[in-house]
Amino acid sequence: MFGPSEMEINLGPQHPSTHGVLRLKLKLDGERIVHTDPVIGYLHRGCEKLGEDRTYLQTMVYTDRMDYVAAFSENLVYIEAVEKLLGVEAPPRAQYMRVVLAELQRIASHLLWLATHALDIGAMTVFLYTFREREMILDLFEAYCGARLTLSAVRPGGMYQDFPEGFADETRRFCDILPERLDDYHQLLTTNRIWRERTQGVGVIAGDVALDYGVTGPCLRGSGVDYDIRKAIPYSVYPELEFDVPLGSTGDTYDRYLCRMEEMRQSRRIVLQALDQMPDGPIQTKVPKRIKPPKGEVYHVNEGPRGELGVYLISDGTESAYRCRFRSPCFVNLQALPEMAQGHLVADIIALIGTLDIVLGCIDR
Amino acid sequence: MRDALVSNVLVPFVQIVVMVSVLMLGVAYLVLLERKIIAYMQVRLGPRRVGPHGLLQPIADILKLLLKEDIMPSRVDRLVFFVAPIILLIPALIAFAVIPFSGDSFSVFGVEITPWVTDVNVGLLYLLAIGSLGVYGIVMAGWASNSKYPLLGALRSAAQMISYEVPLGLSVISVLMLAGSASMVEIVRQQGEQGVWFAFWWPYPQFVGLFLFFVAAVAETNRAPFDLPEAETELVAGFHTEYSGMKFAFFFLAEYMNMILAACVVTILFLGGWLPITFGLLPREPLSTFLLGPALTGFMWFFIKVFLVLFVYLWIRATFPRYRYDQLMRLSWKWFIPMALIHVMVTAVVILLKG
Repeated sequence: MFGPSEMEINLGPQHPSTHGVLRLKLKLDGERIVHTDPVIGYLHRGCEKLGEDRTYLQTMVYTDRMDYVAAFSENLVYIEAVEKLLGVEAPPRAQYMRVVLAELQRIASHLLWLATHALDIGAMTVFLYTFREREMILDLFEAYCGARLTLSAVRPGGMYQDFPEGFADETRRFCDILPERLDDYHQLLTTNRIWRERTQGVGVIAGDVALDYGVTGPCLRGSGVDYDIRKAIPYSVYPELEFDVPLGSTGDTYDRYLCRMEEMRQSRRIVLQALDQMPDGPIQTKVPKRIKPPKGEVYHVNEGPRGELGVYLISDGTESAYRCRFRSPCFVNLQALPEMAQGHLVADIIALIGTLDIVLGCIDR
Repeated sequence: MRDALVSNVLVPFVQIVVMVSVLMLGVAYLVLLERKIIAYMQVRLGPRRVGPHGLLQPIADILKLLLKEDIMPSRVDRLVFFVAPIILLIPALIAFAVIPFSGDSFSVFGVEITPWVTDVNVGLLYLLAIGSLGVYGIVMAGWASNSKYPLLGALRSAAQMISYEVPLGLSVISVLMLAGSASMVEIVRQQGEQGVWFAFWWPYPQFVGLFLFFVAAVAETNRAPFDLPEAETELVAGFHTEYSGMKFAFFFLAEYMNMILAACVVTILFLGGWLPITFGLLPREPLSTFLLGPALTGFMWFFIKVFLVLFVYLWIRATFPRYRYDQLMRLSWKWFIPMALIHVMVTAVVILLKG
């Protein structure tokens, strides 16, 4: 089976840095990784099956339990798919509100990624600094809808309620603070020799290989493939907003790190633009109380913080979907882990789990 | 007969008891200090619940560890598992025997007491020898645990400690040459006589030596950014994964004891031990000498310097990410050892030219 010098080791599911209940079966030669075998399913809650059992609106609250780090993005893609089925569209103001919240959610998610990624590599302080900024975003969410993590504030055809008084000012204040804080992180990490040594050349994945695996999101863009659904398959009001898509070149952990760092700046840009351009008007179109979409099927994608979030729905004309399926970017991205980890050391696998930015709730669904 | 008994048995015994208990307390409060300092660096408050500002937290921690059930996992090698923490702790303790905490003796009840337990003329050599014993405890702990993570941690630590022993040993050679003695007391006295700490020795300040010794000492004590043997996020807890209760406390004690020891040695070798911080401006016998007496003044300066070195230790931990195993080895063998060799040669040449 394996040679006398090889050792099999179980990383997880109870391990401080597998970001949840991921289990990796590693075959090691000394500290060098010969083989990686991810084992998932410890957090399976049957979200998809529940989506076929509950009504459309009830299912929405399951979506934010999937990727609990970026709950709003999951809410949004699901509701947009339902809207597509129904053939309704949210009014412009609601669209802009969704973009503001989705981009704030992206920043929050990336901050959490940075925190855990840095903590795994040993830079403890960054972890606590980023939580300070993430807290500000969560406070904004709380001010909007009362929930901090699981927002569930989107409704088919609009939003649950308008932004409260002063929300825009508070958001702008946060946007003022963010760039200097990001500079701090660059100072702590990017200029740090140890950090660069730990991330440069680690987990290199070429653009075409990443595409073969179906990797999306910052992990793909780190390899230099220009694929951002906000630009490639525009949805919502993204065509009206100006932003850049940061790209890497070599596809190593360092490039993915830089990509996400820049994405936070771009998201901030989007938030500010959306706040400025936000029109007045209604936030909800007329949608029947009992949502019964006509027969049909729909596949809708969004650019989530981790990559391509997809929802596939088949309606049989009743109050609940006949088939409900979620495409989880984490699940697909995790496939690339064995390829990336080949020949690296045990310490690197920790960095790689961090760089893939997986959320187990999203993988196991 | 009675005098010999007092000066050869009673005095050393009292010295050892006082030193060990002060050190234990020092370790306990060093942990609190670490938590507080790092907390403030990380925009949080640290422990605050037990006592005012969490000042009694270490006591609570010690009590908790003492009262914990002593678990012996079923598949371990019982004897080695039991002995390993002791083997790690004892060298950390006995190394303090040669550390001079102050320069002048003082008398209690008419008995002359030196502020060091013993002044061996090979003090520095003794420290290096004792210091390198600790790795056995770690390797034995990792091996005896009969578990994979501790084994990996132990292997890492064995390789790391051996690699960093070399630059550690090389970086003190220049100090030996400058002081002309290996006795710790004599090294500090020489710095006093030459009127300059060895770190600022003219015309070739020993910054390189200080840097190398300090970094190697951080690596030797398995502290961040060289804390690979117990890298929490990689190896769970490294070599002490399977330990709990008092046995774990021994590892913990040994680690912090070694930290204090390293800070003491840095202070003695490069920062002038108990000599006052004068920057060459203040009078050499500052006011505090008249207020506290020479022995206590020495203690005070020594304590301040050790504290500053320890602060740097903690500061580093809050700032840097962790090295990877192969990078750690490369750093030692490709950079530190050549640097140390060149440093020794340059120092020798400068001493020769200076005459």
